Amino acid sequence: MSQQPRSHQPRSTSTGKSASGQPAQRRGKQLAAPRPGLVLDVDRSTPPVLLHSGEQFRLERLPAGRSRIIYPPEPLPGLEHPDEAIRDALLNPVDSDPLPAQLFAGMKLTIAFDDISLPLPKMRRPDIRQRVIEAVLDLAADAGVDDIHIIAALALHRRMTEAELRYCLGDRIYDAFAPRGQLYNHDAEDPDGMVMLGETRHGEEVQMSKRAAESDLIIYVNINLVSMDGGWKSTATGLSGYQGIRHHHNVKTMRNTKSFMDQENSELHRSNWRQGDVLRSAGINVFQIETTVNNDLFGDGPLSVLAKREWEWSARDRATFLGVKTGLDRLPPSSRRRILHSWEAPYALTSVHAGEVEAVHKLTTAEVYKQQLVSVEGQTDIVLYGLPYVGPYNVNSIMNPILVMCLGLGYFFNMYKGKPVVREGGVLIMTHPTTNEFHPVHHPSYIDFFEQVLAETTDPIQIEQRFETSFATDEWYRHLYRTSHAYHGVHPFYMWYWGSHALEHLSQVIIVGGDPATVRRLGFRPASTLADALEMASEVLGPEPSITYVKNPPLGMADVT
Amino acid sequence: MKALVVDYEIARFGAALIANTLRPSTPTRLGPLKLKELPQADLPNAEWVRIAPRMAGICGSDLATVHGQSSRWFETIVSFPFTPGHEVVADDPNGQRVVVEPVLGCVARGLSPLCTACADGRLGNCERITHGCLEAGLQTGFCCDTGGGWSTEMLAHPSQLHPVPDELSDSDAVMIEPTACGLHAALSADVQPDETVVVIGAGTLGLTTIAALNRWSPPKQLILAAKYAHQQSFGREFSTACAKPTVVCEPPKLIRVVRSTVGTHLLSSEGSVHPEDDPYSRLTGGADVTIDCVGSAESLRTALAVTRPGGRVIMVGMPGVQTVDLTPLWQREISLTGAYTYGTEIIQGTPIRSFDLAAELVAAADLGRLVSATYPLTRFPEALAHASSSGSRGGIKIAFDLHSPDYPAAPMLSTRKAARR
Repeated sequence: MSQQPRSHQPRSTSTGKSASGQPAQRRGKQLAAPRPGLVLDVDRSTPPVLLHSGEQFRLERLPAGRSRIIYPPEPLPGLEHPDEAIRDALLNPVDSDPLPAQLFAGMKLTIAFDDISLPLPKMRRPDIRQRVIEAVLDLAADAGVDDIHIIAALALHRRMTEAELRYCLGDRIYDAFAPRGQLYNHDAEDPDGMVMLGETRHGEEVQMSKRAAESDLIIYVNINLVSMDGGWKSTATGLSGYQGIRHHHNVKTMRNTKSFMDQENSELHRSNWRQGDVLRSAGINVFQIETTVNNDLFGDGPLSVLAKREWEWSARDRATFLGVKTGLDRLPPSSRRRILHSWEAPYALTSVHAGEVEAVHKLTTAEVYKQQLVSVEGQTDIVLYGLPYVGPYNVNSIMNPILVMCLGLGYFFNMYKGKPVVREGGVLIMTHPTTNEFHPVHHPSYIDFFEQVLAETTDPIQIEQRFETSFATDEWYRHLYRTSHAYHGVHPFYMWYWGSHALEHLSQVIIVGGDPATVRRLGFRPASTLADALEMASEVLGPEPSITYVKNPPLGMADVT
Repeated sequence: MKALVVDYEIARFGAALIANTLRPSTPTRLGPLKLKELPQADLPNAEWVRIAPRMAGICGSDLATVHGQSSRWFETIVSFPFTPGHEVVADDPNGQRVVVEPVLGCVARGLSPLCTACADGRLGNCERITHGCLEAGLQTGFCCDTGGGWSTEMLAHPSQLHPVPDELSDSDAVMIEPTACGLHAALSADVQPDETVVVIGAGTLGLTTIAALNRWSPPKQLILAAKYAHQQSFGREFSTACAKPTVVCEPPKLIRVVRSTVGTHLLSSEGSVHPEDDPYSRLTGGADVTIDCVGSAESLRTALAVTRPGGRVIMVGMPGVQTVDLTPLWQREISLTGAYTYGTEIIQGTPIRSFDLAAELVAAADLGRLVSATYPLTRFPEALAHASSSGSRGGIKIAFDLHSPDYPAAPMLSTRKAARR
């Protein structure tokens, strides 16, 4: 067990600094101050805790005396007047001239924005991207700017559909720009649409959308859901292609990134920042607009119980949860998926900063930490996650087994600063059905990755050396990425690399409720119950190992000392 | 003499068909096959001799016959009642071990002059398989005058008999006939060293075809669709001479595996992941040659879907009546060729009897280990049930052992162990 002192009472933790102080960034009214995240020691009075398990839920009682639960902070209050705050950020940027001063008639302007992989789940309309881009377009119109292209900066992700673009940007923007070919998805495989801008001092090629590179100004509109997002990663990755991205989306980089949510200790970010230097040297002018949202995923409706701490559930909460769980359990998987993916989170905008990329990103990261950081003392033997139905790469889609691996060993495992929540040689247990199911349109190369690559090896190094190039250069995958709505052929490799730090760190991964054959293909162990999983972990760790359940969602990030 | 006999009884064929449909691979005495005590048969002419089978294999075509699944195509080229068994190793009247080349061509039928095919050495293409001193019958084992290997005595023309080298066991020898089929198919495919070849099916025919490709015309890349792990293991072992490592997969995954291996595009209706989701899924390019060693509608459909425009499909497995959309054959200008039995092959310009090549290949690749279990005649229902499900039971070739009529079946482990080696 960790050195964590045990207590029956929740312990609050400090979660960071105060708001930025800019006038328009005033917080909205809040009846009660949001409570910070906390670490709860489990005792005999602790009720069963909620774990997500894909499109279903589980209630599990954790062993008393050796378990703890990390709860994320409650949602911070949103900005009182988001549109004013956005305009204020554009007029009073950080380390940069005001946006109107950078706009002029006859200029070539490119607005790039984060794609559908953010936020999770999707936000209630109007989406922040719509609010920000409408404000930018108003200023551009005032300046007489005509040559404007709006690009979904999806790197090697799948192309957004018209409905998804309309959802993010609103009908007004879509109808004004898409018919004239001025609103479109980034195409990293367009031989005439990409340019090489040079190399970093480490020999990393820097590639970019030709339209963006030739623009007088790139305005990047970001949603910084987690601390991995934003900064130079927005442009250096989002508008790049395989030739540029492969320099940091690889096993070596990911194993030197501890974690990719902690920019100060992330080789992934250092590489992107080096590429950002090359962009700057090449004369690429970026006006970065970064936004953060609070943790309000479930609002005040029937799903609000999912965000509450279990010992505070009222009788009504219990009844609601029982109803939701029973209802979902009885539905066929496709119906469950349709219902859950239609959920729109009532996020509130908590900050918006604009200006020079790095200066803006420092402020943004502080805002993310303010919402998500939870101080945690000591590591644990076993870390437990309940994987939800959605991750960055299965919005309106299926969470296939490779995305399960990526969500658990990539995103959830890396939600730390300092040290991983689980000690080296520890065990990761996650709950998810992990069925052998793939979205054939969105994830064609994932199917072959699962059937052909993982059948041979699960070692990230082997996978990278033996298989990456053939998938990355496969003409069919390239064709589907460019013309359909498929992730790039290399994308499943990146998902596997995303978990490579965890694979190296852990002694064992167990999936509770996972389809046994599918889980074994991933190289993990299936368990039918949490009790079985804990017993299996004890085989490796010895009797009575310490357990930490990281409750997520809502999003929380452990600051482990 | 004891013999298993197929009588022409429609009701029994129907019963076998129903029984096999309802409970496939289950031992049954329903059906046209009966174990009988028969008087010695008359020799067709003075050239013919009596031989005593030692071991006789159970072939897919035999199973189709006794299960009532054969095509009516055969009605005029078989004669009832007959004793099945055309994969035979036997003792000739001099005590010499021989294997039987079962095709009943002009020479065996006492016909002269020979038809064009027989004159060319293409015995399997004989034009007179209903003529001469024998009743109709395309092979020994389907003719009422010759008997067959599933008996203690049968008749053979000396031209059909090939001495078995001492170093070959009976299991090796019984594999010579099916190996001759496989090598004839492999050589018919005329595979070039820079070509990609798909083999569908890894039963006896599939594996012997692969072994023959490996020996005489290894392709650049071989892709094998095999259902079971032991079949996949043999497939890899038998194809080491190809320029690239053999790619092996389960049949439903073949289309995606061929796609990624040859680097082409897959066309399918939106929402389908595997071919079974969309019967019209196909590759835009594909393999140069596909050898279908199954002969089902599904295997032929898959073969047409994974073969490139202008490519060749070789049908080795006996197809029977199948319903397949042949539009891809037309639209992609694919050549579909049958490969039936054997005769004479041309190796580097030299004609050589298929059986001679087969004996060489059996010895070189140790194909006798593909015989997974043997049964006495008295246990024929179990033997046929085993042969019908040999893949799922870890086996390849099931045979009758005519030496010890009542000893228990050989353990199945032999093939599995061999595969692991």
